[in-house]
Amino acid sequence: MRIKRIIRKLTFWRAVFVLLLAFGLYATYVRYTKGLGAVTNLSDEFPWGLWIGFDILCGVGLAAGGFTIAGTVYIFNIKRFRPILRSTILTAFLGYVLVIVALMYDLGRPDRIWHAMIMWNPHSVMFEVAWCVMLYTTVLGLEFSPVVFERLGWQRPLKWIKAVTVPLVIVGVLLSTLHQSSLGSLYLIVPGKLYGLWYSPLLPVFFLVSAITVGCAMTIFESFMSFRAFGKRLETDLLRALGRAMLVVLIAYLALKVGDLIYRGKVSLLWQLRSELSLYYLEVGIGVLLPISLLAVRKLRTNYNVLFFSALFVILGFVVNRLNVSITGMAASSGVAYFPSWTEISVTMLIVALGFGVFALAVKNLKIFTEKEAPESLAVGSARGHEDSLVQEPVRSYSSNVSVQH
Amino acid sequence: MHNTMKKKAILVDITRCIGCGACQLACKTKNGLPEGEEKKLSSTAYTAIDERDGVYVRRLCMHCENPTCASVCPVGAIRKTDTGPVVYTAEKCIGCRYCMQACPFQVPRYEWNHTTPKMQKCNLCYDRVAEGQLPACVEACPTGASIFGDRDEILREARRRLRENADQYVQYIYGEGEVGGTSVLYLSAVPFGSLGFKTDVSKEPLPMLTWQALSKIPGVVFTGSVLLYGIWWITNRREEVRKLEERLKAMEDEED
Repeated sequence: MRIKRIIRKLTFWRAVFVLLLAFGLYATYVRYTKGLGAVTNLSDEFPWGLWIGFDILCGVGLAAGGFTIAGTVYIFNIKRFRPILRSTILTAFLGYVLVIVALMYDLGRPDRIWHAMIMWNPHSVMFEVAWCVMLYTTVLGLEFSPVVFERLGWQRPLKWIKAVTVPLVIVGVLLSTLHQSSLGSLYLIVPGKLYGLWYSPLLPVFFLVSAITVGCAMTIFESFMSFRAFGKRLETDLLRALGRAMLVVLIAYLALKVGDLIYRGKVSLLWQLRSELSLYYLEVGIGVLLPISLLAVRKLRTNYNVLFFSALFVILGFVVNRLNVSITGMAASSGVAYFPSWTEISVTMLIVALGFGVFALAVKNLKIFTEKEAPESLAVGSARGHEDSLVQEPVRSYSSNVSVQH
Repeated sequence: MHNTMKKKAILVDITRCIGCGACQLACKTKNGLPEGEEKKLSSTAYTAIDERDGVYVRRLCMHCENPTCASVCPVGAIRKTDTGPVVYTAEKCIGCRYCMQACPFQVPRYEWNHTTPKMQKCNLCYDRVAEGQLPACVEACPTGASIFGDRDEILREARRRLRENADQYVQYIYGEGEVGGTSVLYLSAVPFGSLGFKTDVSKEPLPMLTWQALSKIPGVVFTGSVLLYGIWWITNRREEVRKLEERLKAMEDEED
């Protein structure tokens, strides 16, 4: 009887989660007892792999919704976006925490992660990256803290945070701009190693602009996923506005990319049949051209599913881009073929699963999605009023929605 | 014996190397590395002899004049000493491996199977050099394929060999201008590209590439904060005015 009950509780996704946990924990154990060589396919020729390419580069990029939306709401005072503010900040905060977790795996000496605080080298992009991670994680924590203070009913710290919100958001936008672009700058130092389709003096600009597109895409994507998982209403006109914004930034990104290839005289690489070429077209096709052509048609743009899939394509294209820069483009010059080991993949999956888990927990227990979100009620006044009235009705009200799925 | 104030360099004349391996043995002894011949650079071999169609090419850290590895290290664990050696302070290293990623010559090696790993590479026997001695590998070389001295003198010697035995060499000193110059220089009888040397490396020091981006940070921060604050001030002011107007209008309505 007991076993039966356990099996019934074991839904598909829970089983997946447990499996990921088991593999991930095994890989973690080996990582810390035997060293990086025992769990990764990294080598002296190929020292940065999946953990840098996906966990760090994509993790930071996918957190870009945080500064995009916070800047829109607080600096540009476009209050319509307030209802999705909390979920994007939460995603960004979790993203950064998980990046730090990934760093604890990837650094050879995770016990010395604090060294960058006292041992400075301002000539190193990695030094800039380290400080951006430290400072922006703190800023995101502070930006998100009102949600927790609300839950705990702590009025005083809530007041303090509210008083410094605007400077905090300004610092957050600046740090994000620096951090997103500096991840691209990391690769400025390898002109002889990174393949010409990707190496460009504009790498920091590309990383920043693509982070903004993916910031919009992640916000759209998340709204849809939350709707499926937690039954939260979609903010129709907001999503459409995001879709339009994404279209504009995507076109700017494409123009920059094309202009850069022409300026550098590398257009001929577009028909040079090498193994990198197909992955380049995959990245640009799925992440830029396809979403642009979908979103450019007004009729399609206003369609929910089209919007959702455009966002999904932008995200996938973004991930392919970061993996191309960090892995595909570096392969030829390294002289070795790198493909992540199953243990490397397990650790990455574990970190992603943890992210989803914590997000779900937060949505259950904290006030992430505001309730009355029908498009009509999104007038400035009502959204504001809602946000200003602190601890209201029991915040656990969402758990009932979640239990429906099992 | 040597003037320690001047920049030093090693000249490896590939035409004189017989591949005996004495340099590697001496290096391993000097640095306390495990014995045993190795054909490639590794975390236990700071120098190795790479055989290419009967030609012996000794590999080691190039000790760049303007080292990329030192510029990219976030904690400053790598530095260029005044006399030439590029040295590493293991106690600072956090293991990010950016030095390995960035090195244009693929030199730094890592202790992949340690739980407290270090980067490993040749340190040009900086301690011996400081005391006026030769690097262990140079001292051990029986044929004079590796020689050591002040960099400008070593370059003069290299040019002399190219001039006096022009038919024995390709007319090129590898390392003289690569990434702004290195403290290890090579002469060869066959084109360097065929010996596994990277021939397309920039002649400019690479650290400039990232510094161009990094030096923009203060400007970005300043302009960015002014701009963002300005935009916030305008949008905020606009709303305040709008609210005031609403209140005024309400008051007027009441009066009516």
